[in-house]
Amino acid sequence: MSIELRMAWRNVWRNPRRTWLTVAAIAFACLVLVFMLSFQLGSYASMIDSSVKIEAGHLQVQAEGYQDDREMRQVVRDPAAVERALSGIPEIEAFTRRASAFAVVSSEDRTYGALVIGVDPVHEPEVSSLESLVREGSFLSSTGSSSGTGGDGALVGELLARNLQVGLGDELTVIGQGRDGSVAATVLVVRGIFSSGIDDFDRSAVHMPLATFQEVFAMGDAVHEVVAVGRDLWDVPEIVRRLRGALAGISQTPPLVVLDWNELMPGLLQSIQVDLVSGLIFYVALILVVAFSILNTFLMAFLERTRELGVMMAIGTTPGRLGRLLLLESLFLTGVGIAVGIALGCAVTLYFQVHGIDVSGANELLARFGISGRMYPRLSVLSALVGPLLVLVVTGAAALYPALKIRRLRPVEALTHV
Amino acid sequence: MSDMSEALARFGVYLRIAWRNLWRNRRRTAVILTAIVLGVWSMILLGALMRGLAEEMVENGIRTLTGHVQIHAERYRSDPVAAHPIRDPEAVTATIREVLGPGARWVSRVRVPVVVDTARKTGGATLVGIDVEREPELSFIGPDAIVDGRFLEPGEAGAVVVGRALLDEMETELGHKLVLLAQDAHDASVSRAFRIVGVYRAELEATEKQYLFVSKEAADGWLALDGAVSEIAVELADHRQAEGAARKLRAALVADGVGGEDGQPFQVASWRELLPVQRAVLDIFEGFVQLWYVVVFIAMGFGVVNTILMAIFERVRELGLLRALGMRPGAIVVEVLMEAVMMLLIGAAAGNLLGWASVAALAVHGIDLSAMAAGMELAGLSRVVYPVVTRSDLLLANGVVLILGVVVSLYPAVKASRFTPVEAMRQG
Repeated sequence: MSIELRMAWRNVWRNPRRTWLTVAAIAFACLVLVFMLSFQLGSYASMIDSSVKIEAGHLQVQAEGYQDDREMRQVVRDPAAVERALSGIPEIEAFTRRASAFAVVSSEDRTYGALVIGVDPVHEPEVSSLESLVREGSFLSSTGSSSGTGGDGALVGELLARNLQVGLGDELTVIGQGRDGSVAATVLVVRGIFSSGIDDFDRSAVHMPLATFQEVFAMGDAVHEVVAVGRDLWDVPEIVRRLRGALAGISQTPPLVVLDWNELMPGLLQSIQVDLVSGLIFYVALILVVAFSILNTFLMAFLERTRELGVMMAIGTTPGRLGRLLLLESLFLTGVGIAVGIALGCAVTLYFQVHGIDVSGANELLARFGISGRMYPRLSVLSALVGPLLVLVVTGAAALYPALKIRRLRPVEALTHV
Repeated sequence: MSDMSEALARFGVYLRIAWRNLWRNRRRTAVILTAIVLGVWSMILLGALMRGLAEEMVENGIRTLTGHVQIHAERYRSDPVAAHPIRDPEAVTATIREVLGPGARWVSRVRVPVVVDTARKTGGATLVGIDVEREPELSFIGPDAIVDGRFLEPGEAGAVVVGRALLDEMETELGHKLVLLAQDAHDASVSRAFRIVGVYRAELEATEKQYLFVSKEAADGWLALDGAVSEIAVELADHRQAEGAARKLRAALVADGVGGEDGQPFQVASWRELLPVQRAVLDIFEGFVQLWYVVVFIAMGFGVVNTILMAIFERVRELGLLRALGMRPGAIVVEVLMEAVMMLLIGAAAGNLLGWASVAALAVHGIDLSAMAAGMELAGLSRVVYPVVTRSDLLLANGVVLILGVVVSLYPAVKASRFTPVEAMRQG
C-alpha cells in the first residue's frame, strides 16, 4: 500500500463525525437510486410481461395491413405452413391461431357490439393468460358442444356480460359478416366469464372455439393471426429475423408480415421511455443536491489544512502529489458512501422484491398495464450500479475543485495562514 | 414594557451576530446555499410538473363527458341503456339549483351504446345526445373541437358528429351516412341513418373512437325518451369540491323525495368514483411529490448539518469565551439556530424565485410530448404538459425545508452550547 493511499485513508478519518455525515448523504442518494431504478425496471418487466400474456403475444404473423385495417379478408391462408416455420425455431416456446370479427351480440334483452375472437382451446392457454383470467365457469373445451346442451361455448368479458345481463349457461346470438360477405350467425352458450382488469378488453371481447368461428364466418382454414411467444423477451428480435426468412417461401396476397410486441402494442415502449426519462430528471436533480451538499466537506479538507499543506509543499511535496492526495481522500469518502449505499439499497430492494409493495389505490392504474395487485422491484446489476455510478461521476467532478485549487497554493502564504 | 423592549434589543443583537457569522466564510455558505437553492428549486419545478401532468389528466377526464358530479337513475350505471333514464330531469335540476346555488352549472345528456354500421365496417360505440348550446361550456365537445365540417345545430335531427379516429377506423368520410343500431326506451331495437356533418378531435384517441354526438332532441325522438335523459352532469368551481357537493346533492335528492325510476333513489357520483384511473394517478402523484420533498430534504439536510458543524467547530474558542463571559447555553442555541434559519430562508427564497421563474417560462408553451403520443395515450396523459403550482404544494415544500431544517440544526446548535470555557480554551 503506497504512502499516499495510507495518508488519504487516515485523513478521511480525522474528523469521523463529518466523514459519517458525508458518507450518509452519499449512501442515502445511492440507496434511493438503487431502489427506484430497480422498482422502475421491475414494473416495466411486469408491464411488458402481463400485456404480452393477455393478448398480443411476443410476436404475430398476420396478413399485411391487418394490424391497421382489421378487414375480414386479410387472412393468413395457410396457418399450418406458418406453424411449420415456427416449429423450426428453437427459441419459440408456444404458438396458437386466432381469428376475429366484429359482430352484434345479443342476449335476451340487450344488444351490444363486440369483438368475437376464435381461439384454439388447446393451444391458447400455452400462449396467453386467458385461461387463468376466467373468474366464473370454465375455459372453452376442445370437444365443443358435446359437453353441454346445444350451442358452442363462449367466454365473455366481465363488463360485457354485465352489460348484456347474462350469466353462465345463458345464450348469446352472434350476427356478423362472413369472410365471403355472407351473413354469419350462430348461437353461443356462455361457459365462462373472464376479467383481465383492462376495461376495454373486458367490455368488448367474446371468445369462441376457432373451429366454430371458421365455420360460422366462412373462413375455411384461414386465420387472422398466428400468435407466438418465445422463451424470453430478449429472444424476440432474433426470432423475428429468422421467422421472416422462413416465411419468405410462403406466398400469398396480401403477403405475410411478422410483427413484434412493440408493433402490436404501440405506446407500451414509449410509455416506458417517458417514465424512464422523467425518472432520470429526478435522479439528476437529487444527485446535484447531494453533490453540493457534500462539496463543503471536500472544501474543508483543503481549507482547514492550508498550513499543513503549506508545510508539506515547503518540504518538497509537489502540488500535483498533494492534489492527488486530496482527490484520493474525496474518492475514499465517496467510495465508502457508495459501498454503504449499494449495500443498503440492495437490502431494501431485495426485501421488497420478496414481499412486494402495496401501491394503495393504484390498482386501477396498474390494471391498465395489465398488472394486478402488488408491485415487485427487480434488482439487477444494471439497477444496482447505474445510480451509484452517476453519483460517483458527479461527486468526482465536485472533488476536482479543491484538488485543482491546490495548484494555486503558495507555501509562504499557506504557512502564514491561521 | 421595558422587559419587552430589552428582549427585542437582545434579539436584534443575536440577529446581527448570526448574520455576520453566516458570512464569515463566504465560500462555504455559498456552497451550501447552492445545495438548498437547487433542492428547493427541484422540489417546486418537478413537483409542479408532476402536478401539471396529474391535473391535466383529471381535467381531461372531467371534460370528457364526466363533469364533477354526475346523477344517474339507480340502474343506469350497471346497465347503461335508454330503458334506465332520469324520467323527470326538471325536478333534479331544481334540486341542484337549490342545493348548489345559482352559480352551479349543469347539463343533461342522453348516452346509450350503439352499433355503428357503415358501408364497409361495423363497430361498437357510444351515442351521446347533447344540449348543443350548453354542452360546449362544460365539455371538450363544441365548435372548437371540430376539425372538419361543422358542429351540430340545436334541435337538428339526422346529423351526427364523429371523432377523427372513428372515421378512419370505419373507413368513411364527412358527408357520408352511417347507420346506428340501438335499443330505445322500451328496449325495442331501432336503427336509423345519420349523416356525418362534422369531425372532431379529442385529447385521447380512445375518446375519438368511443363517442358519436347528435343533438339531444334527435336522440330523444329516435329513442322514444319523451324528455327523459341518461345523466345530468354538474360542474363546480374546482374539482376538489366534488365529494362534498355529491354528498349534499345525494342527501337533498332523498329529502326532496325526487325519486328516480320506479321510485328508486338516484345515484349521485363524483368524478373520483367515475374516473378511478385518474383518481389513482392523482393520489399516487400526490404521494410521490411529498416523498420527493422529503428525499430532497434529506439529501440537503446532511449538508446543512455538516456545514453548521464545521462553522461551530471553527469557533470553539470563541464560543467558550462567550460562555466564560456569562452567555447562557440557551442563548447560544438560539444564535446558532438563527444562523441556520437565515441560511434556510435565503436558500428557500432564492429557490422559490427560481422555481417560480422556470414554472412561468414553461407555462407559456408547455412541454410538448407529442413525439411520445402513443405512450402518453396509453398512460392516459395528454400530449402537452403544463406545470401547475398550488399553494398547498408551495407551503409543503417550504415547510419541509424550514421546519425539518431547524429540527436537524438543533444538533449542531446544542453541540455548540455544550462547549465549556475550560475545554474551549484548551482546544484552541
